[in-house]
Amino acid sequence: MKTPDDIAVHASLADATFRAYREAVIRLPPDVLKVIRRAAEAETSPAARGEFENILKNIEVADKLGVPLCQDTGIPVVYLTIPPDVPLTQSLYDAVATGVRRATKEVPLRPNVVDPLSRHNTKDNTAAGIPAIHVRPGDTFTVTVLPKGAGAENSSRTAMLLPSHVYGIEGFVVETMLHAEGKPCPPVFLGVGIGGTFDLAAALAKEALLLPVDSMTEFEEQICTSVNKLGIGPMGLGGDFTALAVKVKTAGCHTASLPVAVNVQCWANRHATVEVKR
Amino acid sequence: MSTRPVQLHTPLGDEVLALHAGDHVELSGIVYTARDEAHLRMQERGIPFDPKGAVIYHCGPVIQDNRVIAAGPTTSARMNELSGFLIDNGVRGLIGKGGMGETVREQLRGKGVYFAFTGGCAALASSHMVLKGVFYEDLGMAEAVWVIELDRLPLVVGIDAHGNDIFGAARINAEKAFRSYSGTPCTGGQ
Repeated sequence: MKTPDDIAVHASLADATFRAYREAVIRLPPDVLKVIRRAAEAETSPAARGEFENILKNIEVADKLGVPLCQDTGIPVVYLTIPPDVPLTQSLYDAVATGVRRATKEVPLRPNVVDPLSRHNTKDNTAAGIPAIHVRPGDTFTVTVLPKGAGAENSSRTAMLLPSHVYGIEGFVVETMLHAEGKPCPPVFLGVGIGGTFDLAAALAKEALLLPVDSMTEFEEQICTSVNKLGIGPMGLGGDFTALAVKVKTAGCHTASLPVAVNVQCWANRHATVEVKR
Repeated sequence: MSTRPVQLHTPLGDEVLALHAGDHVELSGIVYTARDEAHLRMQERGIPFDPKGAVIYHCGPVIQDNRVIAAGPTTSARMNELSGFLIDNGVRGLIGKGGMGETVREQLRGKGVYFAFTGGCAALASSHMVLKGVFYEDLGMAEAVWVIELDRLPLVVGIDAHGNDIFGAARINAEKAFRSYSGTPCTGGQ
């Protein structure tokens, strides 16, 4: 039975999801903007500088007009943080889907979600298992929406490396971008998941995209430098910046395994977090 | 380093032959959007507009109330095997992202050019556009042929009429860089 409290939580979570989705497709997070602006200053290739110029203007126009940065408004990936007094029920999942449907109509978003086999479009960006919802415990009640575009997602890869080949991780990341070329709309952000299991590595890679991108560890910096030596550049036109940042997340793994996943993200590293009002 | 962009207006003529890969261009005038489905239908039924000097934009826009809301480029490589008949019929320019294959590079030789527009810049693109009409609306919003008037859309020449291909050059450099890469060869992936 639904109590008035359940109904109120449902409504405010749906509303917060809608607002987070709208914000995510229209405006980039400050750390992402900072990294793009820094690269635009430093880029030396004239063709690439022109691409950066367009990217910066696009960011400005989308913000001013309140329209999506890109016509590919992505597939909804959602992270929920729930405090101890909010029960994890089906109602929370339903509320997120309600917010996604509303965003599709009102922002508007391009209806991107189809059945994987029949390719039938559901027209509201929800389907079995979509939005993908990841839940974790926390002190505050928040919803994070990460709309993932297909160009970059399609260039992502996962591999089970030999555990004796820890030194091969960097090569796998660089090779992923070699194959991707201009397709994922570089300059990209690379989320790298290392360890865990086959599936956990991929989940970590995506979560790594939510980490602040305006600072890197020495390890991340080294991978990023190696990727940029490819010279693929913005949109594959050649240039200094193929990747803007590499972010790594790790988990413990089996002594006989070394799972590695690379989640490629276009320059528009879109995500937004909104607190659910209660 | 920052030379003034070349101003072009559709329909395009022999002036495109003077362009070089890497040149900055601002394009004005009418362009026609077309993705996979529209190419197939034009091949089957004929081109519904005058192709002489025309420009095709690889794009599936968001249109609302007869306005272009968001209209960035889609991946041109999907149209690699579908573009020859357009160029044969007089099309002088293709716009998209990510570049095109060798076949198109050869088809464009002496005839036309491929322009790159920045992927993801859908809001910027739409601020340079006015919707003028539509063909094949039954194909749905993303696949229809939208007739759009551009006002100085900033583009880069990706493939010129002399066989120069800026994407191809970047690809060759990346492969060379990877071969000399000091990291170890990768054991995983496909």
